[in-house]
Amino acid sequence: MNEKDKSVLTGAHFINGDVACAEGAIAAGCRFFAGYPITPATEIAERMAERLPHLGGTYIQMEDEIASVTAILGASWSGVKSMTSTSGPGFSLMMEGIGLGIMTETPCVIVNVQRGGPSTGLPTMVAQGDMMQARWGSHGHYEIIALCPSSPQEMFDLTVKAFNLSELYRLPVLIMADEVVAHMTEKVVIPRPQSLKIINRRKTTVSKDKYMPYAAGARIVPPIAHAGDGYHIHITGLTHNEMGYPQIDMETHQRLVKRLIDKIRVNIDKITIIEEDGMNNAEVIVCAYGISARTSMLPVKLARKKGMRVGMLKLVTPWPFPEQKIRKISRIKGLRRIIVPEINYGQIALEVERCVAGRQKVITLPHGGGGTHNVEEILDAILDN
Amino acid sequence: MNHPFDYLLREDRIPHIWCSGCGLGIALHSFLRAVQRSNIPVDKMAIVSGIGCTGRTAGYVKMDSFHTTHGRAIPFATGLKLANPNLKVVIFSGDGDLIAIGGNHFIHAARRNVDITVICVNNFNYGMTGGQSGPSTPLKARTATSPYGNQEPPFNLAYLAAGSGAVFVSRWTVAEPRRLEASISKALNKQGFSFVEILSPCPTLYGRMNKYTSALDMLVDYQKNTVINEKVNLKDAQLELGGKIILGDFIDIQPGIAGHPMPLSEKVELEHTNKKGTEDE
Ligand SMILES: Cc1ncc(C[n+]2csc(CCOP(=O)(O)OP(=O)(O)O)c2C)c(N)n1
Ligand code: SF4
Repeated sequence: MNEKDKSVLTGAHFINGDVACAEGAIAAGCRFFAGYPITPATEIAERMAERLPHLGGTYIQMEDEIASVTAILGASWSGVKSMTSTSGPGFSLMMEGIGLGIMTETPCVIVNVQRGGPSTGLPTMVAQGDMMQARWGSHGHYEIIALCPSSPQEMFDLTVKAFNLSELYRLPVLIMADEVVAHMTEKVVIPRPQSLKIINRRKTTVSKDKYMPYAAGARIVPPIAHAGDGYHIHITGLTHNEMGYPQIDMETHQRLVKRLIDKIRVNIDKITIIEEDGMNNAEVIVCAYGISARTSMLPVKLARKKGMRVGMLKLVTPWPFPEQKIRKISRIKGLRRIIVPEINYGQIALEVERCVAGRQKVITLPHGGGGTHNVEEILDAILDN
Repeated sequence: MNHPFDYLLREDRIPHIWCSGCGLGIALHSFLRAVQRSNIPVDKMAIVSGIGCTGRTAGYVKMDSFHTTHGRAIPFATGLKLANPNLKVVIFSGDGDLIAIGGNHFIHAARRNVDITVICVNNFNYGMTGGQSGPSTPLKARTATSPYGNQEPPFNLAYLAAGSGAVFVSRWTVAEPRRLEASISKALNKQGFSFVEILSPCPTLYGRMNKYTSALDMLVDYQKNTVINEKVNLKDAQLELGGKIILGDFIDIQPGIAGHPMPLSEKVELEHTNKKGTEDE
């Protein structure tokens, strides 16, 4: 078979993070991509444009990012796994679509390759300034899932994971990547199809006359019927009852919002991933995500060489924030400080502070964007008494 | 008692929210008759609306129906259609929704010749939010936000659609329900981007602000001013307050150089690729 006709490009590749992300999506079964060009995410779209037509999929370049995110919601309701990718300026435009996706419980994946902001900012250079926008950017109160890859390999692995989570919990899942991870070229190993775990959304088994699109039962996540399945579903961004019909009253709204939040909160331990290294007896912990977790590795190693007990805590899923896990870590005996380097002026650090609740000192290592922290900055913060 | 359209309506959603005298009931009725006439299986039809009085239509029709966000019916429908080319996808929404906030999506979907039917109910104002002016409000017309008369020239929707590449363009009023029905059914059977503009009274807001005494008064006015002229140069079919209302199925063409309506069939796509291949050699 021609390489181009393969869905999973099993083997070792030397590719950048953007391309790895596109390959992860395709391997997960994504067959619809709508997007709008923007640095540093463009290579994802270009790879999808090249690959999808050979796999019976669709690539479409829309007129803007509002259209892109809305089109992937539409495609998802035709039963096709879908994705879009962008960077800050486009991510701002996508907030409306994220809300519609949350409210209508539409599985899809949205990639934000973060660059320096505000506004057009630093198009070609790294930042991690959109972390709180990812959490709260669309109006109303909701829960979201976001994953932060630290390498091209993780761009592949976590994109597959993002699709699985979106299918399982029926919501838009965000990949909060960054310019460095996206443009870094490294070895990426793509496994054999049999060893990839792929989850597909649960389809309804209820008969057409009894089906209620938003009757979720104890599993909290309702099974889906797609357009064209003959169920005559009605889907709306308005507050709706189990039939999917608009019902504008406080009780219906509270029930719906609570369920949308519970989907994530009840399953938080199953969703969140953290990676811990050297946490036993740690006196200092460096807590980071995305490229900043990668840049923290060397200073952590150097400080250990100097005899310090330093723990490294990587947040693979900053959202939902792994509250309980952080609380537990903050109780480690002998721990004095948690250092949070991030390429912003303190966003995830606020969450760490909230969960540590004064038990430890939380130190923000801010960075305005345009580059990563250098080794000395982080090392000094670790060694600083 | 049964109604011949029960099978196409969500009875459990009645009563609807529309005011008495509103033209939306006739517009919906004409649409349902056209659906019946078109013989397209209902299970393979989907209707997508944005937000507004017109946008509520998706909630009353018993087929797969999506009530999206304000202005976004067309991109949502584009995704739905391209991901499942077997669906007949119809957009049913208001003029503010499709042409103001959704205007960019409208022209681009027409340019791409996405295989969808867009039905736009033009009531010359924003109904849902209380009768403000918009891009279809005629010059000098009074609305909640143009209390001294609208200062901005409106879009000529049919001309805009044609200029953007629509392969079928028509305009009718709800005072011509049979012609409207026939026109919608043509649009439904057309491959490519088809556009039907329905002029419809909003007696509660636009009517009251512009000194119409009743919904009937507005319909009579439509009839009085109607000129059916399918050959008109669309540039000259602008709607003006109290002016002539030019109606007709203005455009009904085979797709031009753009070639094929989206989504492209696999065959066409391969042909394109092959041709390109030989040119390169
Ligand atoms: C982003 C956004 N802006 C504004 C609104 C408020 N809004 C709801 S409907 C509407 C206009 C509807 O007008 P039109 O599309 O002409 O439909 P009609 O109600 O006249 O049928 C507006 C502005 C909204 N829902 N969303
Ligand atoms: S406000 Fe106008 S458009 Fe809306 S339902 Fe009433 S009459 Fe119809």
